[in-house]
Amino acid sequence: MSVNWIFVGHIDEVPFLGSRVVRTDHEDIAVFKTANGTIFALIDRCPHLGGPLSQGMVHGNSVSCPLHNWNISLESGEAIGPDRGCTRTIPTEVRKGQIYIGLCKK
Amino acid sequence: MKEKLVIVGNGMAGIKALEELLKHEPDKYDITVFGAEPHVNYNRIMLSPVLAGEKSFEDIIINDQAWYDDNNITLYTSEKIVEIRRSEKIVVSKKGRELPYDILWLATGSNPFMLPLPGNDLPGVITFRDMRDVEEMLVTSDAYQDAVVIGGGLLGLEAAHGLELNGMKVTVVHRADWLMERQLDESAGFLLKSKLEERGIAVLTDANTKELLGNERVESIKLADGTEIKADLVVMAVGIYPNITLAQQASLECGRGIKVNDLLQTSDPSIFAVGECVEHRGLTYGLVSPLYEMGRVLAMNMLGADNKYRGSVTFTKLKVSGIDVFSAGSFAAGPDVEDIVFRDARQGIYKRLILSDGKLIGAVLFGDVDEGPWYFQLIKDQDYIADIRDYMIFGQSLAVGAQTADPLVAVAALSDDAEICGCNGVCKGEIIKSINSNGLSSIEDVRSHTKASASCGSCTGLVGQLLKLALGDSFESSSATPMCGCTDYTHEDVRHLILLKELKEIPHVMQELQWKTPNGCSKCRPALNYYLLCALPGEYIDDYQSRYINERIHANIQKNGTYSVIPRMWGGLTSANELRAIADVVDKFEIPTVKMTGGQRIDMLGVKKEDLPAVWKDLNAVGMVSGHAYGKALRTVKTCVGEEWCRFGTQASMSMGIDLEKLTWGSWMPHKFKMAVSGCPRNCAEATIKDFGLVAVDSGWELYVGGNGGMKVRACDLLCKVETKEEVYEYCQAFIQLYREEAHYLERSAPWIERVGLQHVIDQMVDNHDRRTELANKFIYSQQLVQKDPWSERASGNVDSHEFKVLAKIG
Repeated sequence: MSVNWIFVGHIDEVPFLGSRVVRTDHEDIAVFKTANGTIFALIDRCPHLGGPLSQGMVHGNSVSCPLHNWNISLESGEAIGPDRGCTRTIPTEVRKGQIYIGLCKK
Repeated sequence: MKEKLVIVGNGMAGIKALEELLKHEPDKYDITVFGAEPHVNYNRIMLSPVLAGEKSFEDIIINDQAWYDDNNITLYTSEKIVEIRRSEKIVVSKKGRELPYDILWLATGSNPFMLPLPGNDLPGVITFRDMRDVEEMLVTSDAYQDAVVIGGGLLGLEAAHGLELNGMKVTVVHRADWLMERQLDESAGFLLKSKLEERGIAVLTDANTKELLGNERVESIKLADGTEIKADLVVMAVGIYPNITLAQQASLECGRGIKVNDLLQTSDPSIFAVGECVEHRGLTYGLVSPLYEMGRVLAMNMLGADNKYRGSVTFTKLKVSGIDVFSAGSFAAGPDVEDIVFRDARQGIYKRLILSDGKLIGAVLFGDVDEGPWYFQLIKDQDYIADIRDYMIFGQSLAVGAQTADPLVAVAALSDDAEICGCNGVCKGEIIKSINSNGLSSIEDVRSHTKASASCGSCTGLVGQLLKLALGDSFESSSATPMCGCTDYTHEDVRHLILLKELKEIPHVMQELQWKTPNGCSKCRPALNYYLLCALPGEYIDDYQSRYINERIHANIQKNGTYSVIPRMWGGLTSANELRAIADVVDKFEIPTVKMTGGQRIDMLGVKKEDLPAVWKDLNAVGMVSGHAYGKALRTVKTCVGEEWCRFGTQASMSMGIDLEKLTWGSWMPHKFKMAVSGCPRNCAEATIKDFGLVAVDSGWELYVGGNGGMKVRACDLLCKVETKEEVYEYCQAFIQLYREEAHYLERSAPWIERVGLQHVIDQMVDNHDRRTELANKFIYSQQLVQKDPWSERASGNVDSHEFKVLAKIG
C-alpha cells in the first residue's frame, strides 16, 4: 500500500491555533495549525463520542474536543491525561506553503 | 551598663544589619540611629514602583516607628551627623547633639552623581535617589509635559518608565552605544530599546549632553551634536559614588569608599562600615544583595562570630513592568570564553550564557527571565557544568532532568542561603525556620514575619512552595485552587495582576505570570480572554481562538456536530411575521426539530454548520437577531403578561422585560445570565430563581439576585426594593457590572454571591450610591461597544467566513 499525497490548501487558509475541515467521501479530516505554524491532521472524530475535533480549541500540540473537553494529542491522536482512546492521524507535508495530506491508495 | 551602638544612616544596609543583630540578641546594645532623611526606614529599591504608581510610600516602609519603639531604638530623623570625634568616641549632629558611642557603624550610603554641566543648578534638574526626588517628579509630571532622563542604566530607565506612566513625554539620553551597557550585551540592549520605544519612550544612544538651557527653570538640553531637546524636567541618573565625606573628615582610611577589612572594620577598630559607602577589596557595590550580605556578616561579628565578608557576585533585574531583563556575572568576550545563545524573535526572547573554563560566568536574559535565579546560583557556586551544558539554555527542568517537573523538587534542592526575596534579602533557610518556629501557615503570615514577598511580590509563588515544602498537605488544603494546570495563580490573583501590571493581551499575561504551557489550555484561555475583555472595554481585541466553538460561531453545538439556532424574542414576545419567518427557515433548510426553550424562546435544532449564515440571513430579514443562547452572556428575560393583560398584574412586566433585555443584551459575562420579570407576587415568570429577577408590587419593584434553577437550585436573595423604572435599570446595570468584575470565569451569580456574601453586594451597590453609579456607567460604556448583532455580521460573509466553508473536498 502506498501513500497518495493530496493538495488541500495553503497554510494561510488555516488559522493559527485553529483548524479547517477536509471533506472526503466517507469521513471528515481536521487540519490543524499550532501557534508556531506546525500543521497536523486527524480524523475529525473524538475517540470518546465522535465530537468534531475541528471545532475544538488548539493549545500546545493538542486540541480539546468541543463536546466533553477531552484533550487529544495532535501528534499521536491519543487522548491525553486520564482519558483513554485514540483518533487516527493523517500524515501531512507542507511544501512551499502548500499543505498535502497523505491518504492510502486503495 | 549596655554598650552603646550608634548607627549613622537609616537606610537599607545599616538597618538590615541591625535587624540581623536584633534577631539574635535583642538586648545586647543601647542603640541609636541617625538618619538624614525625614523618614523611617524604607526600601529604596522600591522607589521606582512608587514613581510608577504601583506602590505607595506606606507600602515600601520596611520598619515603621513602632518597630524602633518596640526594640528600644532611639531614632533621630532629619538629623545628619557632621563630625566624629574619634579620640573621645563621640558623634556630633548638625543640630549640635553630641552622643558617645562604644561601637559606631557607618552606613552613609552613596550620593547620586551630578554631571558638571552648565545649567545643572537650574530648578527642574534632579537626581533619582530618595523619596524627595520621587515627590518632585510626581509634582512636575502634573504640571509639565517633557522630561529628559540622562543615563540609560537601571535607575534611569526605571525613572523614564515611571515618568512615562505619569503622562510625560520622555526621552532617554544615553552616552554609550546601547542601554545598560554594563549589564547587557548589544543584542539585549537593542531589544530593550525597541521595547521602550514601543511604550512611547524615545531613546537616544551615543548621545552626549553638553549643556542644560533655561531661565526660570530648565527648558531644554543641548547635545554635543547640536540637537536640542525640550525638557521641563531633567533627571540625572548617571551613577552613584560612595558618601565618604564624614569618614574622610574623621581621617578614616578611604579610597573610592570607606576602606574595610573582611570583618567590615574600618581603620579604626571600633568603627565599622556597611553598604554602598564601603570599599572592600577594591570594590564598591550599588545593588541591594551585597548590602544584605554585608549586613549579615556585620551582625554576626557583633555577636562574637568570626564571619568574613568575601565580596559578592551580583545580579541585576530591571523593575519595569512588562519588560523582563536579567543580568548576572560577566559577559565580556574573550579568547577562552564561549557563548550559548538562544533567540525567539517572535516572542522577543534573547538568552545568552557565558562560559569559561567549564563554568558558567555570566548570563544575560531578555524577555524570559524565569531561569535567572538558577543561573545566578550556578555562577555563584562555580560548579562545573559539563553535564548540563547542552541543555542549560532551556532551563533547569530540562537540564537537570524530568524529576524537577514537580516544582517542590526544585525548591527543595535550593540551599538554605538561596535568596528567595531579592527585595528584602530573605533566604530560604530563614523562611523555613520562621514557618516552623512560629507555626506560620499562610503567605500572609510569612510576609508579616519575614517580609519575604512583601515588596514586589514576584516571589509569592516560591514562598507558597516553601510553605508546601514545610507543611506538606496541610498547606495544600488551606491554599487556594489555581486557575488551571497552566499556572499556580488563582482566578483572583490573575484578575488582580492583570489590572496591577496593566496586562493587555493573553500572551502578555502568560509571559508575565509565568504560564507553564506555551499557549494555555481550553480552561485558562477563555477565562483570560474574558478577564481582559472586561478590564479593557474598547481597547482589548477579542481573541477569537480563545473562545469556545459556540461563541466563535454564535450557535450551539449539538452531540452530532450540528448546531441549534435561537433568535432573540425580546421579553419572550413574538409576532406572526417572526413566526412565519421561522417556519419558512425550518422548511427551507430542513431543520429537523423545533422546540420551545425554558426561557420563552424558539429553538431550531440540527442546523448544518455551513447553512448557518443563510439561516441567519433569512431571520435577519424580518428583524430577528442572535439570542446569544450559546454564550456566557445575557440569555433571556422571561416575563409574565403583567398589568398589560393580567387581572392581578400590578406593573407592566412585559415592557419592563423588553427594556431590560435591550439594555443588557450582547454583554460578555463570566457565565450565562438569565433574568425574569413578574408583574405581581404570584411570580408566574419564576423571577426568584434567576440571576437577576424582578417582582412587581403595588409601590414599585422588588429586586432579587443570585438565583439558579439549574443543577443546584438556589432561590434568590432579596437585594432591595425600588420605586421607579429608572432605578430598576441602574440597579440591574450595576449588579451585572459587579458580577462581571468579581465572579470567576464560569461562576454563575449564585455561587459568586455565596462566596462573597450578599452583604458585600449590598455594601457595593445598594448602600453606596456613588459606587452604584460608577458600576452602572462602566456597564453602559462597555455596552456601547458590544451591541452588534453577530449574526448579521456573519451573514454578510465578511466575518469569519472560513468557519463555514470546508478547506477542500476530496473524492
